Amino acid sequence: MSHPLSRPPSRPSSPSLYDQLGPLLAAFEGRPAVVGGAGKDPVNEPMIRHWCEVLGDTSAAYAGPDAVAPPAMLQVWTMGGLSGHQGRSAAYEELLALLDDAGCTSVVATDCEQEYLRPLRPGDRVAFDSVVESVSGPKTTKLGTGYFVTTRMDIRVDGEPVGTHRFRILKYAPAHAPETTSTGQKPQAAPTRPRPVVNRDNAGFWDGVDRQQLLIQRCAGCRVLRFPWLPGCNACGSGDWDTVEACGDGTVYSYVVLHHPPFPAFDPPYAVGLIELAEGVRIISNVVGVPYDKVRIGMPVRLEFVRYEEGRPALPVFRGDLPAEVGA
Amino acid sequence: MRAGDELPPMEIEITRTLIVAGAIASRDFQDVHHDAELARAKGSPDIFMNILTTNGLVGRYITDFFGPTAVLRALAIRLGAPNYPGDTMVLTGSVEDVDGDTAVVRVLGANGIGRHVSGTATVRVPPSALGGTS
Repeated sequence: MSHPLSRPPSRPSSPSLYDQLGPLLAAFEGRPAVVGGAGKDPVNEPMIRHWCEVLGDTSAAYAGPDAVAPPAMLQVWTMGGLSGHQGRSAAYEELLALLDDAGCTSVVATDCEQEYLRPLRPGDRVAFDSVVESVSGPKTTKLGTGYFVTTRMDIRVDGEPVGTHRFRILKYAPAHAPETTSTGQKPQAAPTRPRPVVNRDNAGFWDGVDRQQLLIQRCAGCRVLRFPWLPGCNACGSGDWDTVEACGDGTVYSYVVLHHPPFPAFDPPYAVGLIELAEGVRIISNVVGVPYDKVRIGMPVRLEFVRYEEGRPALPVFRGDLPAEVGA
Repeated sequence: MRAGDELPPMEIEITRTLIVAGAIASRDFQDVHHDAELARAKGSPDIFMNILTTNGLVGRYITDFFGPTAVLRALAIRLGAPNYPGDTMVLTGSVEDVDGDTAVVRVLGANGIGRHVSGTATVRVPPSALGGTS
């Protein structure tokens, strides 16, 4: 298992990269996209009224004591809004992150197929689950090249099916975005690093990173430390855990120097270290403060957090010290 | 109500307000639906209407015609040319099939740059409402 920090981004600059992605993407078909989703608000009159006001829908069916919600609002009741989607599966987050890292950072919805099994009324609380139905091969569109991802959602109220919602999005690499133009006239947007893949199993780790703490999981059953984060203990199988904050001391257990291929946002050559922490677990991250060709196995390093991009958390990296030069 | 019946066209002015208000009313905070600068950074000339708003407009087009007692059973739409601010979309529809009290209506929405939406609506129309619409 590789640590997210170590995963280089890639760009869909060549068809071969798309070909390599194909089998990875196909593996997501049939996997859940949302498990146990719940509407953030019950079906309610104010949201119905706002919707009707915007769309100019004056139907008598959507107002008054026997009002129902406009059927086309079905998806609205499942939306995550600014606070984000709950119940999204780790598999779906991984699929989106895989496409993001392939340069397909933009999303546009292309198809929506809904069946309305019964009207929704104010007070109804929707629950929903969805699965990844299909992931297409690479498609070149006017917007850019990307992949179509189709999900199918079943929506229920009190266990009763009320609707189905099939949704297709295109995740694509923008064809005309400033960062992909080759005019050389405009300042090019700096390529961004791959974003962390945060899921239920590792959210605690990234919460720690936000606070500039490197947290190690500790099994509540047998007290064995583990890293990277996992849902269960490999030693005893327990799913209960707490955390220990790393003291920050470590040594280079192993390392590689990356020369090729170059990835946007990274400037090879650079050293990627497998750092053994004083607590005994190992983490993959960058070794900084030492030229790439001076990193050595056994070199003591010290944890620090470096913010590489505005608006993103500072990341844990390890600073090495060059041994004093003889005669210097 | 017979196969081949045409619905009167409906014109929708695609204002910036409609796009933004539609996105917010559908709780869709994707920046391409409200922030022109970020939309351009993603390769789009301007903000554009989200699919939920289009879906809502197609739903309204159907129920405006068949009346408040008609019940939408299904909507299936595909988007093409985006709805950008300043454009006008004209929705047209024709009854494709009638089975008892249920009609399948083919809907098209054309804007200044092409076909924004195409799809079908399945609607159940109580017999009492038929007299006024056929």
